[in-house]
Amino acid sequence: MTQARMLALLKRPLSIAILAILVLLAGGELLSPGFASPRQIVTLLTIAALLGVVAAGQNLVILGGREGIDLSVGGIISFAAFLAGNVMQQQDAYLLQAVGTVLLATFCIGLVTGLGVTWLRIPPLVMTLGMLGVVQGGLVLLTRGVPSGRAAPMLSRIVSEPLLLGLPGILFIWILIGVVLTLVLRRTTFGLNVYAIGTNEAAAALAGVPVRLTRTLLFALSGLFAGLTGILLLGYTEYVFIGAGDQYMLPSIIAVVIGGTSLAGGSGGYIGTMAGAIVLILLQSILTTLNIPPFGRQIVFGVTLLGLMLLYGRQRRLRG
Amino acid sequence: MKSTLRLSGHRHPYLMAAVVFLVLCVVNAILQPSFLKFGVATSNVAAFLPMALVAIGQTYVVLASDIDLSAGAIVSVVNVVVVSIIEGMGGTGASIAAGLTLGIAVGLICGAVNGLCVAYLRFQPIVTTFATGIVFAGFALWVLPEAGRQVPPEFYLAYAGTVLGVPTVLWILLAAIAFAGVIARTRFYQALRATGGNIQAAYQTGVPVARVRLRAYLLSGLFAALAGLALVGETASGDPLIGGALTLASVTAVVLGGTALSGCIGGVAGSILGAFILGLINNVIFFAQLPFAWQGLIQGLIILAALAGGVVMARGRQET
Repeated sequence: MTQARMLALLKRPLSIAILAILVLLAGGELLSPGFASPRQIVTLLTIAALLGVVAAGQNLVILGGREGIDLSVGGIISFAAFLAGNVMQQQDAYLLQAVGTVLLATFCIGLVTGLGVTWLRIPPLVMTLGMLGVVQGGLVLLTRGVPSGRAAPMLSRIVSEPLLLGLPGILFIWILIGVVLTLVLRRTTFGLNVYAIGTNEAAAALAGVPVRLTRTLLFALSGLFAGLTGILLLGYTEYVFIGAGDQYMLPSIIAVVIGGTSLAGGSGGYIGTMAGAIVLILLQSILTTLNIPPFGRQIVFGVTLLGLMLLYGRQRRLRG
Repeated sequence: MKSTLRLSGHRHPYLMAAVVFLVLCVVNAILQPSFLKFGVATSNVAAFLPMALVAIGQTYVVLASDIDLSAGAIVSVVNVVVVSIIEGMGGTGASIAAGLTLGIAVGLICGAVNGLCVAYLRFQPIVTTFATGIVFAGFALWVLPEAGRQVPPEFYLAYAGTVLGVPTVLWILLAAIAFAGVIARTRFYQALRATGGNIQAAYQTGVPVARVRLRAYLLSGLFAALAGLALVGETASGDPLIGGALTLASVTAVVLGGTALSGCIGGVAGSILGAFILGLINNVIFFAQLPFAWQGLIQGLIILAALAGGVVMARGRQET
């Protein structure tokens, strides 16, 4: 391998993200011995999986271009956790029913968002912001401000307890999503259509790509992945919290960007996003283990994000 | 007729906002008979003023087709800095002057950081301002970990009082409008809209796009600082979390006011109307005596409908 190719490889976002993961792990171990122990890593990956699943939907929407972004995922996650907790009512027998109900409901919410974006041509930022308000309002109506509902024991076990090789089930779910999504994006017509509309919508339309249908589906899938995250989050926390999903809204976008998907659409993929989610969680976790007050953590976190932007989040220089 | 329509569409993108605003005023006046009384109107202006100020600043950034997701955090940090300085210096007249000056300076510094990162380092605006927002919010928590501290009565009495028989809050609003009016007649404003319309073309015709974008962020920081000061007057104390909800609300207000997120089209007048619309929706829902649980959902639906309606109407005008 020539030096130039090595350098090019090193500059790829995925390489940077993986490098960042290694540096963070080493740094964490240095600062607090035991940080990079296998058990601790599994815990971190479990938390990263929650962010990674919601970021899958975000990734799809962003890949589809035309300023694609989904600000409603936080509200949908909270809604999904509430709905799941109330349908399953701590009973394993209702688990499948709960999963089905939630995924159908959140897919439909995403579908409405997608229709607003494609048929009414409302900018995604605006449409999803509006939808966020509606979902949050709807959640207050359903809960009357008092959260209720608990996870079925089986769901908690899937998320938190070792299933195979010492790894919890949620990691296998995440890996499965990663494999399927990557294959869908790279090998199926739908996947190629996503990149096509994200790169040049007009050209894609002329080439016969069903632009509106594809983009609508992307938003519906983002709703679905947010719904799945809500279910998994319920399994992780066991209880339903109001606003539990809010913390995922902007980090899901950041994970996608750190993973090398361009916010302009049309380039990137889910493997990078998975690495991006791990980077974010590692960073947060190191900052938590450091003995610094919350404000300090926040400042370091923000500055580190800016540093990552410096590495590869830069936009093209304008040319005269 | 056709050409008149086109003219109005481009020159008055806030026409739709004005109609919605008037409708809400009528509904509000019916539900709350005292709505048109001077005192009630003034207190409404006082309540809506902080959001209107943030929305004004956000407008400039959006006109350049950027976005400022740190605006709310700037409000928070200015709010706590001002209160801390005034209290720390003993609450004298000099301390109030120092607090006001430094508060505005802090807002400008925050805006400068955003502008340098986005315009000169070419970072992606959404991710960057999200990250700087985290940092600013961290600083706010550092300065004042919990809501508290007090400003001397002179400060909040002056804010709630009148100058030359006109309430101070009205003066502030009028001054902001006058300032925006002056800005709108500058070369900078032309350059700003040119940048938002087509940054490549603007660059090639000699518009200093980086400087223009930086100035837009400076204005956003300035108006967020003014909002922070207004909140000191309103609450007479500091709160490190006070601006949190203002970020997305300001974006909503800007879009409600007819400014396109893609830049170039729109203006400050619409954003002020947009902020007032958001406030009036709150009022109407409150005075309609809806059951509490329904309020959030109804509010979300009205805002979504208004956002969608505004976007669809604006596009209709552009296409005629």
